[in-house]
Amino acid sequence: MIRRLFPERASLLPRDAGGEAWLAALIAVLCLLACLAAVGAVAADRAAQGWARELRSEATVQVRPRVGETGAEAAARAAQTLAGVAGVSEAEAMDREAAEALLRPWIGAAALPDLPVPHLVTVRLDRAAPASAVTLGRALAEAGLDATVDDHGLWRREVERSAGLITLLAGAGFLLTAGAAGAAVAYATRAGMAAQAGVISILSLNGASDGAIAGLYQWRYGLLAAGAGALGALVAMITVAGLRFLGGAEGITPALPLAWSDLLILSPCPLLAGTVALVAARVAALARLGRGH
Amino acid sequence: MSVQPRRACESDVATETVRLSGVGFGYAATHRALRDVNLTLPAGSFHFLTGASGAGKSTLLKLLTLAQQPTTGTLHLFGEDATTAPRRALPGFRRRMGVVFQDFRLLDHLSVFDNVALPLRLAGRKPADYAGDVREMLDWVGLGDRMGDRPPSLSGGEKQRLAIARAVVSKPELIVADEPTGSVDKAMGERLLKLFQSLNRLGTTVLIASHDEALARRSGAALLRLEGGRMIGEAE
Repeated sequence: MIRRLFPERASLLPRDAGGEAWLAALIAVLCLLACLAAVGAVAADRAAQGWARELRSEATVQVRPRVGETGAEAAARAAQTLAGVAGVSEAEAMDREAAEALLRPWIGAAALPDLPVPHLVTVRLDRAAPASAVTLGRALAEAGLDATVDDHGLWRREVERSAGLITLLAGAGFLLTAGAAGAAVAYATRAGMAAQAGVISILSLNGASDGAIAGLYQWRYGLLAAGAGALGALVAMITVAGLRFLGGAEGITPALPLAWSDLLILSPCPLLAGTVALVAARVAALARLGRGH
Repeated sequence: MSVQPRRACESDVATETVRLSGVGFGYAATHRALRDVNLTLPAGSFHFLTGASGAGKSTLLKLLTLAQQPTTGTLHLFGEDATTAPRRALPGFRRRMGVVFQDFRLLDHLSVFDNVALPLRLAGRKPADYAGDVREMLDWVGLGDRMGDRPPSLSGGEKQRLAIARAVVSKPELIVADEPTGSVDKAMGERLLKLFQSLNRLGTTVLIASHDEALARRSGAALLRLEGGRMIGEAE
């Protein structure tokens, strides 16, 4: 059936087994790198989105006790006040020990007893409808508390900016890889045409149009790149699957959480590689033929 | 009421297959391979082009096959100006002619069958349509039992016959052949000449460049002579 649909006909271009094998290997490696870059970008974006979501659902309140009030008392009163605000799931005063534990990695244990450790309240916000920093600040002021609310906006913006940058870099890496693959195919097309000048002359003198000759090269390199792209994507899939399998639910690390669905984004790789090669080969072939090959 | 197909009137038919007017060609500024050549090949004519080696025969055939452009003058093929034709129009001219090259120009990676089928394949015909024509042509030139072989395994004479089979298989309007009997024995030479004559009787215009004036005279075709790049009219 397949034979009837696609009758086997000898290729009008001779095979260049050595050169084509090297080109296929190069494209496979480029596709592998592009696939890993794409999965890395998706995973980094997922991690950043997760962190931003966590930061959005929390706020930290620093309370300054009034005269005649201890820090712990002020923090407890603030926690109580905030727990009643709409959009707050939970508010908990942080004891000195917990606050010191946060500072210890930065300034060491020796200096901690002499330092005025801030009195903090950890606020967990409702994920669906979180209370804003303004709302929290107003509630604290109305309760007569001198406090500062930090909604982690600075951190969140930094994380989101980093995620955007990583995605941009991954996109640039992908475009560079595609460009490198296209350039390699264009070079191979030009080299192939130079080596097969006699064949092209015979085809042309027997009635082949420039488009038909370019078509021979575009399909040859397009199919070769699609095959190499499939190989590169397959190796990338095995690599990602292995990392996901070894890394458990978190992928490799919490900084690069891989998901099984990431394998799906690799599936268009053969089509993309084939298209890039097809276009590059056609443009290179037509340019060379147009110069009076 | 029946509808009859429109019959071509005489003015529709190009009566000149080839017309060269004041054609000159130089490979370098100092070397003029052709000078002021005027030549008309009426449709259905049969000409032999003779001349000594270096007279310009091969150069003239290169111009006719559009492998080169004239430096001066104009070339009309099938009634159209091929000198000013854009590059994309060249395949259209070439599909209407069959060319036998002196150096055969066969594709070594293709079989004998595929070499002959090449012009038909490039014209967009399906294998099922042309397989019979190709086999018939190969039988005619005595290569029916070598269809699956590659050109490098053929002798010089077999390659020449293969090149001729490829040139004529599409039944072109014009056949241009450069020394088409140069590598075959006398008997095969006569047989190939008969093939060209048969095609000519069917209306194909034939131009054969050959140094073999005896063969040219036996053919009964009109003789043209080139000397030093100039057409000096019919050979005596």
